[in-house]
Order: sequence, then structure tokens, then C-alpha cells
Amino acid sequence: MKILVTVKEVAEVADDFEIEGRSIPETYLEYDLNEWDDYAVEAAVRIAEDREDEDVEVVAATIGPERSEETIRMALAKGVDRAVRVWDDALAEADVLDPTTTARILAAVAEEEAPDLVLSGVQAADDGFGATGVALADLLDMGWAAVVNDLELTDGDASVRRELEGGVEELTTVPCPAVLTIQTGINEPRYASLRGIRQAQRKELAVHTLADIGLDPSLVDDDLTLAGMAKPESESDATLFEGSAEETAAELATVLRDAGVGAE
Amino acid sequence: MSATDVLVVADHRRGELRPVSYELLTVGRDLADAMGGDLHAAVVGGDVDRFAEKLDCEGVDAIHTVAEGDEFNHDVTVAAVTALFDTLDPGAVVMPNSVNGLDYAPAVATRLSLPLVTDAVAIDYDDGPTVTREMYGSKVETAIEVTSEPVALTIRGGEWAAAEGVGDADIEPFAVDIDESSIRSTVRGFEEVGAGDVDISEAEFIVSVGRGIEEEENLELIEELAGALDATLASSRPIVDSGWLPKNRQVGQSGKAVTPKVYLAIGISGAVQHVAGMKGADTIIAINTDPDAPIFDIADYGVVDDLFEVVPELIEQFE
Repeated sequence: MKILVTVKEVAEVADDFEIEGRSIPETYLEYDLNEWDDYAVEAAVRIAEDREDEDVEVVAATIGPERSEETIRMALAKGVDRAVRVWDDALAEADVLDPTTTARILAAVAEEEAPDLVLSGVQAADDGFGATGVALADLLDMGWAAVVNDLELTDGDASVRRELEGGVEELTTVPCPAVLTIQTGINEPRYASLRGIRQAQRKELAVHTLADIGLDPSLVDDDLTLAGMAKPESESDATLFEGSAEETAAELATVLRDAGVGAE
Repeated sequence: MSATDVLVVADHRRGELRPVSYELLTVGRDLADAMGGDLHAAVVGGDVDRFAEKLDCEGVDAIHTVAEGDEFNHDVTVAAVTALFDTLDPGAVVMPNSVNGLDYAPAVATRLSLPLVTDAVAIDYDDGPTVTREMYGSKVETAIEVTSEPVALTIRGGEWAAAEGVGDADIEPFAVDIDESSIRSTVRGFEEVGAGDVDISEAEFIVSVGRGIEEEENLELIEELAGALDATLASSRPIVDSGWLPKNRQVGQSGKAVTPKVYLAIGISGAVQHVAGMKGADTIIAINTDPDAPIFDIADYGVVDDLFEVVPELIEQFE
């Protein structure tokens, strides 16, 4: 059995940051494995661990520059067997990538790998399109389920719970191969052990250009352009209490008592 | 029918249209006006005739009902929306950025080879759509210009006014030839989660805790505060994801919606999904170290300080 996990290195923005033109300078950015993908990695590794008697290979696929290898090594340190990274000058130049373009690139990797199951985070913490997994499934002509917070594999089927709004879950079955987009909370992602980090250095991390995986770089000349970037205007009209913790707590206590809190 | 028309797809669950359906009509009407075309709405599955009557708000030109199945199934929805799109040939298809929207809209876009922009919070139109959306957990707003039409969009719920009034749309059934073999997913049912000892949606006073609490053992402090205030303890998503509190304590889009007299948000940044569940509180109070945290945008009162400094003092005030 082969499981493909799509992972992404995402940028996190510092509390205080500036925007220059249509981008945020590197000094305000920190990079990390996308939180949703961390849960997807954990789900994949657990499937492999639960099926010791079966040969289960977990492969991570990512689109990212060389810098992102550090993040991908984290996935390898957590138990992913090997990784494929796709990067290209054409991608480096794109300021915004249509999620279907992302999906086309990952689909080319997936076609090469022919996985029995694909796990993908529900969304990426940076651009938050939330669309790659389902677009990927459709391009691969696989079944899918989005926003999965519980997963059981039996007899070639994935039985999942989809987390809907308002505390309701949908119980759905989809035959494998399938793409499942994984919601946070499905498991508890492990920390990479020192031993895992050491082992990760020796694991295969293949790098491909678009041409290497049979795609024309013109694929990236897509229909979306980043026309502007701004900090959202604060709409705050909150009364902010200032002073020592003792003073602000006293102010809060007054507000709370006025609202009836603590009244017997 | 023309490429200036707009098609919107309603969202429903367990016999009810979801509020975003009416917001989609507003978005669709605005966009159709800008493009100079008609507004078409579609509803797939469930009690489509009853849904169509409700969707017949002012400004809707046509409603297409696809009577296939009782509940949402993404395979059916993709087949229905793509078939409708092929028939109507609109300039835009607008879908909800709901959990179900996320489960079918990307496939509609790939199948029709349309550019896709999700989670729109505003849409302008001038020769083509420019979509405002958020990045980096709502810290940045971006404008995405779509340079090719037709386009597929999904909209965030709660950002547009709901359509009102009574329209005189043509309501017509739309027959879709659905190949049974293309239906891969089977919905087996629904389950309410978060039943348990406490129903936070009934609580009068709520003390709610988020990521700012850092460690599970620090939760004790917040429990102590909730005890001192005689309030109910709730949380944002990360606390439940970490297993520190049960699911029935989660406030937000995927958790419970609450409407207390007082909502005290401690170490909660105020992600849009969380705010969706608590903005109905009478009084919102926030304690957070980050003055730019979105929670302060909706708070009535706030303290920008370390919760570990303020909360012990606050407990003292009530002891």
C-alpha cells in the first residue's frame, strides 16, 4: 500500500509586520510545516504503523523552493519514508497560484506514484484556498472527502467523518483510492524524535522541475494576479483598559459585575 | 443565456437552506448587475420545490431545481452544477465556502477548467472580477484579479446581507443524467457531536480560552476563574484539537454557537471561524497580548496584557 501526503511549507507572519508593495518582507516571515498537513502526515504514518505486517510506504509531495526542504525533513523525521519536491523558475515568479494549478502539479506527481490513498490538509495556513485536495481528486479521477476528522480504512473503503458546521458530523464512505482532506484534531501529531531527525537526513528527497514531471511551465501563467495586499482596517471600538494588571482587572471586574456576573 | 449571467448554488442541510444561500443571492445579483446579465440560482437535492420557493427573493431571474437525492452528495452536486453550467454558459458560478462547498467547488472548477478563487469576503467588478480574500489567518487582505472568464468563486458566509423580498423567478426543474458509476461517495448519516454534561449554548456567562493558554496545566487557572465568576468554561478550536477540553466546549463555526450575556475571551485571537460562533454575545471582553488580534475588532472591552498577569488578579477581585 502506498500513501501520498501532500505537504506545504507555509509562511507565518509576525505580530508586527509591514507590507511592501504586494508582499511581506522576509524579515517578518517564519516558515513551518502547514498545521493541517501535520495532521495529515500523522494520519498517514499511523496507518503505516498500524499495518506492520503489510508493506506501507508513505511518500510526501510538496511544491516549494529549496528552503522548504527543512520543513519536508520534519515530515520525514516523523515517519514519512521519502519525499518529492517540485520547483521551477516559473513557480518562483508566480505571485499567486490558482489552486487548480497547484492540484495539476501534485496530480502529475501522484500519477507517477500511483498511491492507494492520498491525504492532504484541509487548507494551508498562508493562502487558505482550501481547494487543492478536492481539485487533485477530481484530476486523478479518484473519490474524495473533504474536512475529515475521523478515518477508518476497511476492505478498500475509507469510512470517514466529515466535520460540518454547528457541531454536526457527516458519516461517509468512499472507496479507495481516494483523496481525503484532513482537519486538525483528527489525531495528535507527534514531535519529531532526535532519532527521527537523524534518519530523515538519509531519506530520499527527490527534486523535480515541471518539465521533469511532464508539465509545461506555461501551466503556471494562470488567470489570477495579485493586485493588492493590505492590512485589514481595524474596526475596533472596544474600550481598552490600561494600567497594571491589578488596575485592569479591577476595571474588568466592574464591567463584569455591571453585566450581572457574580451577583447572587 | 449569456456569459454575462451569474449562477449561484444554494447550500442546504437536513431539510433547511443554510443562511449563506441567501447571501449568495445578494452576491450573485450584485455581480450580475456589474456584468449586465441575469441571476440564476440552483438547488440540488432535498426538498427542491420548497427550497426554490424560499430562494425566490427579489432580483432572482431563474431558479433551477435538481431533484436528485435527499441530502448533499458532492458527486451529484458536481454533476448537476457542471451540467447546468454547460447549459446556461454563465460568466461566473458562485458557491458557498462552507464545508460542503469545499467538498465540491474545487471539482466544479477543475472539470470546467475555470479559474477558482475561494473564500471571498468582497467582490468588485470592472472588466473582470477582483476578489478580496484574507491570508495568513486574517492578518493580510489580498485583492486577486481574475483575468479570464468564466470564473468559479466561493464566498465566506456572513460577509454579505441576506437577499430579501419576494421575486418572480422562473422556477424550472433541471434534469441531469447522472451516471451511477460516477457516484463514489455514500453518505451514511449524521451525528451531533459534543453532547455531554454541559450545553454551552445555554450558558449565561462564558469564560472561553484559546491558544494563548500555552500548556494544558495552565487550564486550571481559567477553570478557577470560571468558578469564581460562576461562569461556564468554553474554548476555541486549538484547545479541543489538543484534547485539553471535550468537543462540547468548542465555540465556533464547527463547534457550538453561543449567545451569552457575557463572553470573556482569554488568549483567543479571534479567527473568523471562532467569531462566527460567539459574535451574538451581549458583551464581549477580550484579554490578549496582541493589540492587533482580530478579537479586539468585535470586543466591547479589552485588556492588552499577559493573561497570566491579569487572570489571577481578576480571580482575586471575585473571591
